[in-house]
Amino acid sequence: MTTTILFTIISLCLIGIASAVILYFVAQKFKVDEDPRIDIVEELLPGANCGGCGKPGCRGFAEATVKADSLDGLFCPVGGAATMTKIASALGREVVMQTPKIAVVRCNGTCEHRPRTSHYDGYKSCAVEHSLYRGETDCAYGCLGCGDCVKACAFDAIRMDENGLPAVDEEKCVACGACVKACPRNIIELRNQGPKGRRVFVSCVNKDKGAAARKACAAACIGCGKCAKECPFGAITVENNVAYIDFNKCRLCRKCVSACPTHAIHEVNFPARKITEATPEASTTEA
Amino acid sequence: MIKKPLKYNTVLKTFKIGGVHPPENKLSAQAPISVLPLPEQVIIPLSQHIGAPAIPTVKKGDRVKAGQLIGQAAGFISANIHSSVSGTVVGIDSVTDASGYARPSVIIKVEGDEWEDTVLEKAEAKKPGDYSKEEIIKAIAAAGIVGMGGATFPTQVKLSPPPGNKAETLIVNGVECEPYLTADHRLMLEHGEELMTGVQLIMRALDVRRAVVGIENNKRDAIELLTRLAAQIPGVEVCPLKVRYPQGGEKQLIKAVTGKSVPSGGLPIAVGAVVQNVGTVYAVYEAVMKHKPLVERVVTVTGKAVKNPGNYLCRIGTPISKLIEAAGGMPEDTGKVISGGPMMGKAVMSTEIAVTKGTSGVLLMRENESRRPAYRNCIRCAKCVSACPMGLEPFRLMLLSEQGLTETLEQERVMDCIECGSCSFTCPAHRPLLDLIRLGKNRTGQMIRARKAKNQ
Repeated sequence: MTTTILFTIISLCLIGIASAVILYFVAQKFKVDEDPRIDIVEELLPGANCGGCGKPGCRGFAEATVKADSLDGLFCPVGGAATMTKIASALGREVVMQTPKIAVVRCNGTCEHRPRTSHYDGYKSCAVEHSLYRGETDCAYGCLGCGDCVKACAFDAIRMDENGLPAVDEEKCVACGACVKACPRNIIELRNQGPKGRRVFVSCVNKDKGAAARKACAAACIGCGKCAKECPFGAITVENNVAYIDFNKCRLCRKCVSACPTHAIHEVNFPARKITEATPEASTTEA
Repeated sequence: MIKKPLKYNTVLKTFKIGGVHPPENKLSAQAPISVLPLPEQVIIPLSQHIGAPAIPTVKKGDRVKAGQLIGQAAGFISANIHSSVSGTVVGIDSVTDASGYARPSVIIKVEGDEWEDTVLEKAEAKKPGDYSKEEIIKAIAAAGIVGMGGATFPTQVKLSPPPGNKAETLIVNGVECEPYLTADHRLMLEHGEELMTGVQLIMRALDVRRAVVGIENNKRDAIELLTRLAAQIPGVEVCPLKVRYPQGGEKQLIKAVTGKSVPSGGLPIAVGAVVQNVGTVYAVYEAVMKHKPLVERVVTVTGKAVKNPGNYLCRIGTPISKLIEAAGGMPEDTGKVISGGPMMGKAVMSTEIAVTKGTSGVLLMRENESRRPAYRNCIRCAKCVSACPMGLEPFRLMLLSEQGLTETLEQERVMDCIECGSCSFTCPAHRPLLDLIRLGKNRTGQMIRARKAKNQ
């Protein structure tokens, strides 16, 4: 009995040692030389593998940063400036700052503004609904409300609010852009976060002519161009019956917000100038 | 008159894999085709076919006659659009179609019923043999004929096989496997002789010696009539088929009639077959023998609660509300209005949308029939696999689509899916199989196109 046990232990130990020796030499022979800095950079990254940087996961981003000559164009939206500074110092390079961004939902079609005219009972997915028909309301451009963006968000930063529209959690959003890709109607846009989180944007993408857009949704951009006339910085363009504010030119004067007849332009995180209730996402334009 | 004996007692032909047998509900099978009165206004979409939308050749304020060209085909795969009525063009505008998206359309206010002078009231006193191949194809292209079974593929393209391919058999699709629909059935019964002339014309255009009319066995009167008529024409025969959905699918019909399988990703011409719907054949007859463009079609208006389910010959562009009116009005408990049949048709956004070249029926579903039950987990029963007529694994395709794995989807032949809906129909857990497979198919198609564009 004891001999059997002894024999087993000794033979297993011998096999183990022999394998270890073989593996050691094989590992030496086929060693892949990899820049050790890739591991260091990867260690610094958040490890969310969200793809927000445009690279295949954090490892891909680390490889790209090590390989590239400068950090220009490489930015981890999740880690933000802090992570990028650490990476830059680890690699001994100049840090290239990027303005922090945030996902912005450009639809204001709440149940109140945009009455439901049909009922969709297919698979609950915006992509499926979009491919089948224009949706439950008369607006062929607005939010479908099935929450493809919510499913796409790896950071739990989007939820559907009580109005049936996606609401972005400013604390959690890292501007990875997954929701932008998931939205079949291109409603979500990555915009500059703005100083103190203050920003102004047109919360509508309806390209229909004014009357049709207005009929479908009380808060639609009707492309009247009042905001463009009002803007002292030339930041607003009206194209295809819908206004767009260039966030690089916008100086947050908020004149367009007061000028918009349908309250389609939203201001966020400004101190209240009227008696309004500031919600984190869409807010403060109810006159 | 020679009458071939019908072989009802023998085993009828059908396709080999998959298929389902939904309740037939051919409520309007005995209702003769009646002509729908002209509406006050028609909306004619410029894209009623697969391919590039036609380019409008009229402008606001123009007076048009019925049969006049109003949209010129734009490119090889495209089709001409003709005015279906006489009147004044009110505008060329974006009008919402069945899906609710705006599409460019020509709106015409109807005034009288004046036809283009070239359109003949009676067929020319010529025989099909008097026309040359080129003449026939030219006439078809000019008339803007598209596949009227619902796919709306331009017919002249189908009749000009790519070089290196030779058609051997013309298969005429009189299957009408969709439940409820009877438009093709009535057309075969009431215009049998014209259809036979049309078959001969297409045979001549394709230069084939054999034509088979495939008809499902639930239309025995049509089988009998066409068999009698076909007996006088060399090379034409009628093939009664076992009732099975989706027998009217091109590939299924070829399999049923000839026993040959179209290879994955291939066209029917690869096995020497060309399939044409009976509606298309009738349109070809009218285009060649009467110089009449495709401006009207037979539409079935049906539903369990509809007062007078019927078949109506109506002009293209007629709002479907007119058809519903003619059939006794919209029943109170209507839950869904479907353009097409219950299996492949699509629910429409409003009843003001126009009849197009591909509208085969208008089905009014009652509220209780139209609701989709909540779906549950897949129980791995594999009923969808047995039902799939293309030999795919729908449950797997659905999961892959949900996960967005387009490359695997391509390997799993998602592009072979004919979107017949047999899988969704048969699923005991009511899973939205086709909804997701269609999404996956779209995405895979996009990926394939992007890859092709990159490689070029």
